[in-house]
Amino acid sequence: MNSIVYMDNNATTRVAPEVVEVMMPYFSDLYGNPSSMHTFGGQVGAALVQARTKIANLLGASPDELVFTSCGTESDSTAILSAVRANPEKRHVVTTRVEHPAVKNLAENLHAFTGHKYRVTQLGVDSHGLLNLDEYEKALTDDTAVVSVMWANNETGVIFPVKEMAAIAKARGILFHTDAVQAVGKIPINLQDTAINFLSLSGHKLHAPKGIGVLYVRKGTPFSPFLIGGHQEKGRRGGTENTAAIVGLGRACELAGARMTVENTRVKLLRDKLEKGLLSTIPNAILNGHEFMRLPNTSNISFEYIEGEAILLHLNTLGICASSGSACTSGSLEPSHVMRAMGVPFTAAHGSIRFSLSIYNTEEEVDFVLQHLPPIIEKLRNMSPFWHNRHKA
Amino acid sequence: MWDYTETVKDHFLNPRNVGQIDDANAVGEVGSLACGDALKLMLKVDVNEVITDAKFQTFGCASAIASSSALTEMVKGMKLSDAAKITNADIADFLGGLPKEKMHCSVMGREALEAAIANYRGVPLPTVEGEVVCECFGVTDIEVRRAIAESHLRTVEEVTNFTKAGGGCGKCHDRLQEILNESATSVKAKIIPLRGPKRMTTIQKIKAVEDVFEREVRPTLRKDGGDIELIDVDGDTVIVSLRGACGSCAKSRTTLKEYVEKKLREQILDTLTVEEDRA
Repeated sequence: MNSIVYMDNNATTRVAPEVVEVMMPYFSDLYGNPSSMHTFGGQVGAALVQARTKIANLLGASPDELVFTSCGTESDSTAILSAVRANPEKRHVVTTRVEHPAVKNLAENLHAFTGHKYRVTQLGVDSHGLLNLDEYEKALTDDTAVVSVMWANNETGVIFPVKEMAAIAKARGILFHTDAVQAVGKIPINLQDTAINFLSLSGHKLHAPKGIGVLYVRKGTPFSPFLIGGHQEKGRRGGTENTAAIVGLGRACELAGARMTVENTRVKLLRDKLEKGLLSTIPNAILNGHEFMRLPNTSNISFEYIEGEAILLHLNTLGICASSGSACTSGSLEPSHVMRAMGVPFTAAHGSIRFSLSIYNTEEEVDFVLQHLPPIIEKLRNMSPFWHNRHKA
Repeated sequence: MWDYTETVKDHFLNPRNVGQIDDANAVGEVGSLACGDALKLMLKVDVNEVITDAKFQTFGCASAIASSSALTEMVKGMKLSDAAKITNADIADFLGGLPKEKMHCSVMGREALEAAIANYRGVPLPTVEGEVVCECFGVTDIEVRRAIAESHLRTVEEVTNFTKAGGGCGKCHDRLQEILNESATSVKAKIIPLRGPKRMTTIQKIKAVEDVFEREVRPTLRKDGGDIELIDVDGDTVIVSLRGACGSCAKSRTTLKEYVEKKLREQILDTLTVEEDRA
């Protein structure tokens, strides 16, 4: 097998062929500006209305609660800055230790945007990557401006109880944001049923192209724009719409809704086969993240006494694409903040590998990985001084 | 994705000399599991002090494995006294270069070799003493100073690339900058004796001031979001403009007199005064 075995779908996904197909006319014939007065531009505006409705349907939201952005990061920044600006006298933010940098780094640097110092509570997680709700409730104060908690973790796939957490925040009069970039399209979401004020999503994580994101803003939630300019998005986000990408995202959301069952059955079965296969054939392999409170497509496994980058590069020579929370792959010298927050033992922290599947993966691909990974692990362990000494320590 | 050379990839995918030498008489072990990389180097040294065999075990990334493999290939057949002269740059060169963030892998190779030679000779390693600067990775000031001198390091980031010091919590960055400043001053003092009661032309002064600014003053100010610009030198008066956060900082006058002027007097002429540009 010389082709690519792509199991890095939490990094980005293949754009669905059906999505490419509906996008193409907007690069050629239908290049009009949706804001124009003429029919030529206006027909593009009509396509955006349709796309917006499809996205709203997947989220259980109303179309006018959606603001198109350029990416998940822009959605996160817009939401969190909006929330703190709406509560200028409050100087406390609650988030978690395992957030994506788009939230983590913003929360830690709010002074640069607001001119005020903020106290940031980063909720810890247990060894399964789960939050403690009692600790969360205790962290909320009268000074808390916003809570930002991811729906699902990108490295482990662990799902947080955001619906419950948003209700708790609402009862305290606190705005609630969730970075749902990894959750949308993989698990059912119905925002009508929740008290969530803001939700971020990113197109390229659900088979739409890169460069398109959405921020959901619940009706009645105070909002201030991040990009100031024209009247687009009812003045909530200036800048000419990325028409082709929006149309593509609409189609991608439609597909995701239709394929949700497949994602949670066939993809999950493939993931489980891969995971169980690896854990049963490779000794000293540890699952990172809760076994059940998890996205159906993600598996994060640590192989003790070896290092993740070395594993990835061996996989790479076979065309297998995965990722790692090891220090060497991140460009920093420490393992990922998620592995550290979970307290993954130091024998395993550097050897974590994340496989994230999609509907495009096949059983043959899973078998291919199951066939080739164990010898790689064995080869690297034979080279590792700690593997030979593991019983002495 | 790291930009590894073909030689690095080859030594990573097909490492030479992996394994153990049961009767090794020179063994060097460096690194740890917690640190993310470690190397156990085993050498067989004969009566003429020639390295007749070399093997390794490595825990780490591709460049750590490739550096270990390269090192064993380099030292086999070498006299111990010649092997002792191998530097981390030699290891990196053998591999056709390493990404700058990975230079610490070649340093690990050199350290393991030193440890093995010390083990053979029965002497302690010089680096076990010294002040631990970086607690995350257990790096001492002696190791940091040595890397600065050997590889002409100029910034904290470079020190981290070569020694890993400062790559964890970051608390030691100020201390690393101090060591860099001290090292820069001592190197400068040896090569160009700038200080002393001598006359300098304005051009010389401008060059010397710019040099001190670039080397010491700017890195410090930039940490607080500030910067400094040299406007003019008039006799012994150095006219500057503070930029960024320094421009609006209430303590800018103190910064100029207590820090900038002091640095310039120490390193260039003790008659210099610093004034802020009011134009």
